[in-house]
Amino acid sequence: MSKTPYSEGIQAGRLSPAELAENFGDLHPRLDDHEALVAADRCYFCHDAPCMTACPTDIDIPLFIRQIATGTPEAAAKTILSQNILGGMCARVCPTETLCEEVCVREVAEGKPVIIGQLQRYATDRLMAAGDHPFERAAPTGKTVAVVGAGPAGLACAHRLAMHGHDVTVYDARAKAGGLNEYGIAAYKAVDGFARAEVDWLLKIGGITVETGRKLGDGLTLDGLKADFDAVFLGVGLGGVNALRLEGEDRDGVLDAVDFIADLRQADDLAALGVGRDVVVIGGGMTAIDAAVQAKLLGALNVTLAYRRGRDRMNASRFEQDLATSKGVRIITNASPVAIHGNGAVREIEFAYSDDDLNPTGQSVRIPADQVLKAIGQSLQGDGLPELEGGKIKVSDTGRTSVAGVWAGGDCALGGDDLTVTAVAEGRDAAEDIHATLTA
Amino acid sequence: MADLTSDFIGIKSPNPFWLASAPPTDKEYNVRRAFEAGWGGVVWKTLGEAGPPVVNVNGPRYGAIHGADRRLLGLNNIELITDRPLEVNLEEMARVKRDYPDHALIASVMVPCEEKAWKDILPVIAETGCDGFELNFGCPHGMAERGMGSAVGQVPEYIEMVTRWAKEATPLPVIVKLTPNITNILYPATAAFNGGADAVSLINTINSITNVNLDAMCPEPMIDGKGTHGGYCGPAVKPIAMNMVAEIARNPETATLPISGIGGITTWRDAAEFMALGAGNVQVCTAAMTYGFKIVQEMISGLSQWMDEKGYESTADFVGMATPNVTDWQYLNLNHITKAEINQDDCIKCGRCYAACEDTSHQAIAMSEDRVFTVKDDECVACNLCVNVCPVDGCITMRTLAPGEMDERTGQPVSGDYGNWLAHPNNPSVTAAE
Repeated sequence: MSKTPYSEGIQAGRLSPAELAENFGDLHPRLDDHEALVAADRCYFCHDAPCMTACPTDIDIPLFIRQIATGTPEAAAKTILSQNILGGMCARVCPTETLCEEVCVREVAEGKPVIIGQLQRYATDRLMAAGDHPFERAAPTGKTVAVVGAGPAGLACAHRLAMHGHDVTVYDARAKAGGLNEYGIAAYKAVDGFARAEVDWLLKIGGITVETGRKLGDGLTLDGLKADFDAVFLGVGLGGVNALRLEGEDRDGVLDAVDFIADLRQADDLAALGVGRDVVVIGGGMTAIDAAVQAKLLGALNVTLAYRRGRDRMNASRFEQDLATSKGVRIITNASPVAIHGNGAVREIEFAYSDDDLNPTGQSVRIPADQVLKAIGQSLQGDGLPELEGGKIKVSDTGRTSVAGVWAGGDCALGGDDLTVTAVAEGRDAAEDIHATLTA
Repeated sequence: MADLTSDFIGIKSPNPFWLASAPPTDKEYNVRRAFEAGWGGVVWKTLGEAGPPVVNVNGPRYGAIHGADRRLLGLNNIELITDRPLEVNLEEMARVKRDYPDHALIASVMVPCEEKAWKDILPVIAETGCDGFELNFGCPHGMAERGMGSAVGQVPEYIEMVTRWAKEATPLPVIVKLTPNITNILYPATAAFNGGADAVSLINTINSITNVNLDAMCPEPMIDGKGTHGGYCGPAVKPIAMNMVAEIARNPETATLPISGIGGITTWRDAAEFMALGAGNVQVCTAAMTYGFKIVQEMISGLSQWMDEKGYESTADFVGMATPNVTDWQYLNLNHITKAEINQDDCIKCGRCYAACEDTSHQAIAMSEDRVFTVKDDECVACNLCVNVCPVDGCITMRTLAPGEMDERTGQPVSGDYGNWLAHPNNPSVTAAE
């Protein structure tokens, strides 16, 4: 007999394949031509536009929207991609509600911004669907650069370096390139294998060799890379997952949310993927939201997201919080986990209530849980890295580390706000600085 | 409640909103629906001679210009006069007029420029019971190539001649419809007046090419790889039409000539503006073709509300009230000083005023680090461009400086006296006279 949302424990196949397909469909399907024209019409083509200032990659948003409005979405895509080579993914995952769209003058005027993210997707999808790669390599420089990590920062860096005529080798520890785009983002934001397709499209620039299954500290060393290449860029991300440090954390059913999401992203058959009946996610960032929503979409009966401070302190945007609650996730706040109860497998998780400064109120609550997903942050792993600060690699504005010839960017580097779009900007800017250094 | 009933050159209608001679008025079915929807009158689509009717193209007849959200701003057409037999039109007109005796029914007519043709047909048409005639001297395409329409309207002597024939042929009121495809509207208007016209109606459509198909390298609408100029109408032509109406209304020679205003009228306000400039009533086409007959309901309610607010009891109370204020540039008061003012509460900080002023005008708007836009009074010439490009209605306004107040741009106090170019020291003829 097939499982239902009411079946206890971690079970696969709680929903029918049809239900799963619907649940994991595109969150925002691509605008059709008419929708795009109507949306583009709303742009006022502002002077020194606030949206552009808010974009970490400085995309000329008024220009690309005008290009859409005048029937040249391919030109719009080129405007986007010349600043942000992962503009296709950023159009899907950027928290536009806290970036470009938050400052759109039509948000100010009417509470309804121009839907910049969806317009960006319209343009980039159009160009990528045609299979075109709009950039060409400069003449070969004979210089070589090693990029460690094929996530957004590494890919953006590699592409820009290749464009400038350098030969780039990208190493990644995982089996596929893409980093969090491939392994760490909710499935409904990047359907139909988009992350993979975007990497393939990006590599069409030429001059980039990708070597997967190659991890720094496991056969690769920074000293070795420095010796073999003219420059090194580190975009290794945050490979470690923070622990709750609670008794019972090793019980069955207690998982890292990033692993849960990665398994889901790589699953060929969602119906074969197990999920609890009573899922509790701990954390307040995007990973927590993505894990909670997807647990619900897989058919979990009750999904609770617990965060230790108030709603306004959550790293996940209000849009993401609302998305979660609209899918049936219950968000509880000011609740810190204190114990994981069970006998072998987890049965309940106990929280203590506290104020926003984490002072306990003396009250506590136990929530049934047969699956606990931990999403309380990740950390940088590895030895022999350049100088760290606050657990991350210390970098200059252009990504220079304490080690000459070594740059870094993305989540592993200090600064930024752990967004795909900031990682792209850091990778790109580091590439420009590497290029300037190598050709000086 | 304002009284919207209209008496235009003796033709009575429940309101001043007529449908212009055009596709919406081509047949009984449409006209009955128009009257039921609330239109005060119709000018039936232009009738031609008896015999085989004209034929239209069998491809696209219209081209268009769109604004944001595909709002239709301008339409052009290459349709000819009615392509239905004369007798069918006459039967239908008679039936409609019988059933709607209180509504205005005008017959638009276009026949060859021969006395007999005009004198033969008008009495026949008059038997329908129609309230008057409109002589179509305006259509700029097709019929003009056959010596009719604007081919007549562009030659004042022909206008006067045909108008006289018409007046001799019928006791009914005769309206002469003018083409804007001329250099100076006063020539054809004066000719119509001299020919004895009871009124003029204007404007007819403007010669136009709305689009070029860049694949076929051909103007649109495209008929088998070729295009021709059409007649342009709709909101885009309203400013051109209003100027022509005002020119006739303020010209002493034609000032008493009644005008039926036509050209892009879409809302009650458009109608009120034409009438304020001197039109006794208005005719509408493109707005109906874009939105359907129902729009007249907004025109009726809007005009009534505005008249009530202003205390006008009938439309005659405000017709022509703006005419005396239409003047020549040389009479404008050069001592009248205004400055742009930006309401910071309404400003949404798009910066369009800044870009427009900084790049193309007088560098009179300052932009702060945090996007606060302010007017530099010492640079502002009050050109109004910032007002025009601002997306928020009423956010930027023009403040009139009081007499005695300092104009920071010139360093001179504002004069309370009227002073125009004719008396200005920079005017060479003033110097010459001294």
